[in-house]
Parts: sequence; C-alpha cells; structure tokens
Amino acid sequence: MATGGGQQARPTRPSSFSRVSSSSFSPASSSSTSTSLPPGVRIGANGAAFVSSGIPDLDRILGGGFLVRSVVMVMEDADAPHHLLLLRNFMSQGIVHGQSVLFAGPTKEPRSFLGTLPSPVVQKEGLKIKHDVSDVQDKEKGLRIAWQYKKYFGELTAVDSHNRDKKQEYSSDFDLRKPLERQLLNSQNIECISTQDAFDLSKLQNHCLTFVSKLSLKDGINSNAGRIAIQSLCAPQCGYFEKDWDMLSFIRSLRATVQSSNAVAVITFPASVLSNSISKRWQHLADTLLSVRAIPDEDKDLAKLLTGYQDMLGFLHVHKVAQFNSQVPVILDASTYSLKLQKRKSLVLERLNQAPVEGSSGVSYATSGSCSSSKGSLLDF
Amino acid sequence: MAEVGDLLAEAMGHSLPVGKVVLVGDCVETSGAFVLHLLLKRCLSLDSSFAVFVALSHPFSHYDRVLRKMGCNLSVQKKNGKLHFLELLDFSARSKENSVDDGFCKLYNEIRKAVETARSKDTKASCVYIMIDDISLLEIAADGSENDVLNFLHYCSTLTSEMDCSLIILNHEDVYSSEEAPRLLAHLQHLSDIEIRAAPLNTGLAADVHGQLTVINKGLLNDDRRSGRRIWNFQFKVKENSVEFFYPGSQH
Repeated sequence: MATGGGQQARPTRPSSFSRVSSSSFSPASSSSTSTSLPPGVRIGANGAAFVSSGIPDLDRILGGGFLVRSVVMVMEDADAPHHLLLLRNFMSQGIVHGQSVLFAGPTKEPRSFLGTLPSPVVQKEGLKIKHDVSDVQDKEKGLRIAWQYKKYFGELTAVDSHNRDKKQEYSSDFDLRKPLERQLLNSQNIECISTQDAFDLSKLQNHCLTFVSKLSLKDGINSNAGRIAIQSLCAPQCGYFEKDWDMLSFIRSLRATVQSSNAVAVITFPASVLSNSISKRWQHLADTLLSVRAIPDEDKDLAKLLTGYQDMLGFLHVHKVAQFNSQVPVILDASTYSLKLQKRKSLVLERLNQAPVEGSSGVSYATSGSCSSSKGSLLDF
Repeated sequence: MAEVGDLLAEAMGHSLPVGKVVLVGDCVETSGAFVLHLLLKRCLSLDSSFAVFVALSHPFSHYDRVLRKMGCNLSVQKKNGKLHFLELLDFSARSKENSVDDGFCKLYNEIRKAVETARSKDTKASCVYIMIDDISLLEIAADGSENDVLNFLHYCSTLTSEMDCSLIILNHEDVYSSEEAPRLLAHLQHLSDIEIRAAPLNTGLAADVHGQLTVINKGLLNDDRRSGRRIWNFQFKVKENSVEFFYPGSQH
C-alpha cells in the first residue's frame, strides 16, 4: 500500500494537544533535530499527523486538529449555512500554509466561493499574551479554584510560551470580515470543481485521484499535505442526487484514496435530504463526524437555559473523533459547543454554560430541570 | 474454557466459539470493532487455529498497529501462514466484464481456498475463523444489491458446518433500525448463533465506561438441553492493550 512520503515519527511532545488516554506507544527517537515536516502539519500522540481545521478551538477539542488520512464529515442544518464557516476556515488554513486544496461545490461557479474565504488575523499582541500566561501560572499556585471554573484555566497552564509560538504557525485565527488576498488564491494548487450538473461522480473521483497523486510527486522526501473540501455532497441540485449507492461508493473510494495519502477530506452534507438509513451509512463512513445546528432566533427557553445566548450563531456537536491506529474511542468532556463570533470577526467554540438559576423562586429549578431533560438529547454539557 | 472474570467468554460459552456464526452489531456512537480485534487476537494466540480476515474498512497497517498493542504481531502471523489477510478497501464486486454476482463468487472462492489451504497444511487445525469488517461496506461494494450480499453470506456460513469454521461478522445495526423492511438484518440475525451488540450507555458519555454489550447466545440445541442464560448484558471499557468487561457498578 503506497504511502505518500510518510511523516517522520517524533517523540511525543507534552503539548496540550495530546490525548487523555495513556498510550504507551511512543516512537523511540532520541535525536531532537527537527525533521522537516511539511508546513501546517503537526505530530501528536501515537505518531499521528494533524492539520489544523482553521479554528483553533476546534483543533483543541479534537485533540490536535484533523487527522491526516482521515475523512471528516459535517452534517448540515437546513436552516442555516454554518457548515460554510467550517469549510471556509478549513480551506483558508490550507491556502495560508501553501497546501494544495481541492474544492467541489454544487454551484455553477465554485471558484467564486474562494472569494468568501477569510484572511488570517495579524498577531500584534504576541508579547502581551505571553506575559498573561506566566502571570496566570504564578497566581495559580496560590489559588484554589472551584471545579466549575477549572475549565477556563486548564488550557493555559499546559501551554508554555514556546509552544504558543508554534501554535500560532500551525493554526491561524481568521478574520471573517476580511477576504483572503487575491494573490494567494491565484496559486496553481487550488482546484475548483462544480458538482451541480454532474451526472455521476466519476469525474470528481478522478479529480480526487489525480489531486492526491500530485501530492506525493512534490519534493520527494516530505510531500505536502493536501485538503479536499466538498460542499453539500448530496445536495438536491446535483445531477447524481437520486443515486444513493453511487454516492456511497464515491465516499468509500475517497476514503480509500485519502487513507493512502497525505490528504484530509472534509465533506459537508445535508443529512435531512437523505433517508434515515442512508444517512446512517454516511455517518458510519466518517472518521470524524460533526454536525452544526442553527439556533432559533427567539427561543425564550434556551435563553433562560444558556448564558450568552444572544451571541450564539449555532451549535456544533461532535459525534465521533477519528482515532489513529488505536481501538480506544475518544471521549470528550463535552460534545456540544456553541459557535460564536468573537469581536465580530473570529470564530470561537465555547462550552455551553447553564445560566444561573434565580435563587428567589423555587420554581426555576423545576423549569430548568425540564428544559435540560427535553433538550437533553440535543445538548450535551 | 472461559477465563475467570471474562464476561464475554462466559456469555459466548467459549472464549472463542467453534463452528458458529457470530454477529457483532454496533452503531455510530459506539464502535464494535474492538470485539473483532479481541477475537482475532485470541484466534492467533491459539496453536492450531487460522484466521481469514476480510478488511473493507481499514488498511492492514491499522489492524497491525492495533493488534500489536494487544501483544499480537500480524505481520509475523501472516508470514507464518496463520493469517490470510484480504485488504479490500476499494473492492467493487461489479467490474466491467463481471456482474456483482461474479465478483462475490470470486471473493467466496478465495476465502474457501484459503480455508482449504489451512486445513491441508495442518490437519489438526481446530478451527478457521473468517472475519468480515464490515457488512455495510460489502453492500456498497455490491451497489446496494442485498440479494448478492445475502447469497455471499449464506455461502460463507455453509463453511461453518462443512469445514468447521467460525464466521464473525461486524455489522452496523443502526443502519437497519430505521428501515421499513430490514431484510438483511433479519437474515443475519437468523443466520447467527451468537449476537453481540455494542451500544452506548443510556446515561450518555463516560470516560470510564465506553458502552454496554448485549450478548444473545442462541444456545447449543444439540447438547443436552442446557438451561444456561441466553441473554447477557454488561459494560465494557476499551483500552489500548485489552478490553475490560464488568457489570454496572462493579468497576473499581
């Protein structure tokens, strides 16, 4: 089985990105000389290679980012296009790192989607952030923090300033208000394909195959990572929409293609247009499965239940996380997060916080209790 | 032959059942692949047994590394002839000349040949284990043709009686639970002697307990009317090198 220029194994770094499960398997590489990894690729626990999703919070939640050689699927919400936020950040991150990007969308001119890609935020306050971290670490020793608030401090203590530098390179913060520079978009390794009038998926399949084969031809030693982004694969306007088994066959072959190369594929799909059983089949084919859900505009129950409800764009739910060469499932602390725009420009994911219950009326306990039980299946704190 | 405290072996009646069809069901939330890994490891650690692994889901390297953490070296086993590994990531039953039926015919013949080779080499071979990961991918390879997949599975199950093999199949049950006519699932359940179902806990995610297993042992009808338990339910935690099985509340 051909592997396109395998990643060099490195000793596992004690970064905040390593998984909770204790894996004894660490490659015994004593040399600390930095092997030339392709840009934007990081090695995590078990020698697994990750690329950033373009959203630093999501990278942290998933334990490093998107696993190279995996397929990520995002279930869309029919009411809101939040999946596009994920796709855009994913593609921008790849372009910023000079990685090859293949995009397929169900429109006549998929190239125009590139115009909506965000540009990275310029980091001016790098020094200030470092100071904050060391301050907090000093204060930490004297403080006894209630367990409820530990989650805010947990990440800071694990990150030292050296890692912070690397982190900025690996994963950029994107400003959703600023489009990506034109010159970056004109580079040769960005391909756009339309799936709208495609009668079948063979053309897209061939494009993916050639895209992936080009990845291994470059440089010889360490080929660049590649990103395949497919928007709304089973959208009704696509010519092959009725052909359930053709679509499944395509995903399966894409999975096989990606598994033997240095690529990551992100596929979004409107699960509601598929039948339940076919949707389940799609979900099983994913290595990492996410879903986005819109927030109704004026939901008083939810407003009472959650803090910061007004700023939320939607929910992101993590159904499963890819695991590399291991049978242990990844268990997250929380699997539902809220999508928010910080300062109106960058996308953040936050854990959900239950709003403080009014102490005076005993009734509110009952209402919040019933709220959480009715929404229990949707939200997971 | 069950080890003390090994609930799965107790439920199955044997740490590794001989001449049976075992159906392992799972869902999106909880993967049942670890059962296959465990049974494969047990099979390869016995002296006179042989495994045929039909891998549609992951490449050989994945299984190799997972099993290596469990103390079993697949490459060595393959070299010694104890394991016949079929990597069929992009297997398509239908090709230009052949129909789906022919594609499956070829696959069945390959499996049968591997079993016969194993038997001829070592006449003391106690059992050959055929493992399939997983059925839903076979359906995709068959372009959705349920009949062909069923035919193929029926043929494979005849090997269990004819040639003393065991057939262990991984299936994604939640795909069929929402269908109006879950024909394939019904057939599989009818075919199987032991059903193992991996499901998430009713209470949600937990770091210490990864899910629950329900084992339905349809029992040995030829033996003298064993009135042992037929349905078992317990919880499990998957680790890198093993799996722990325990009753709810007894995990320390």
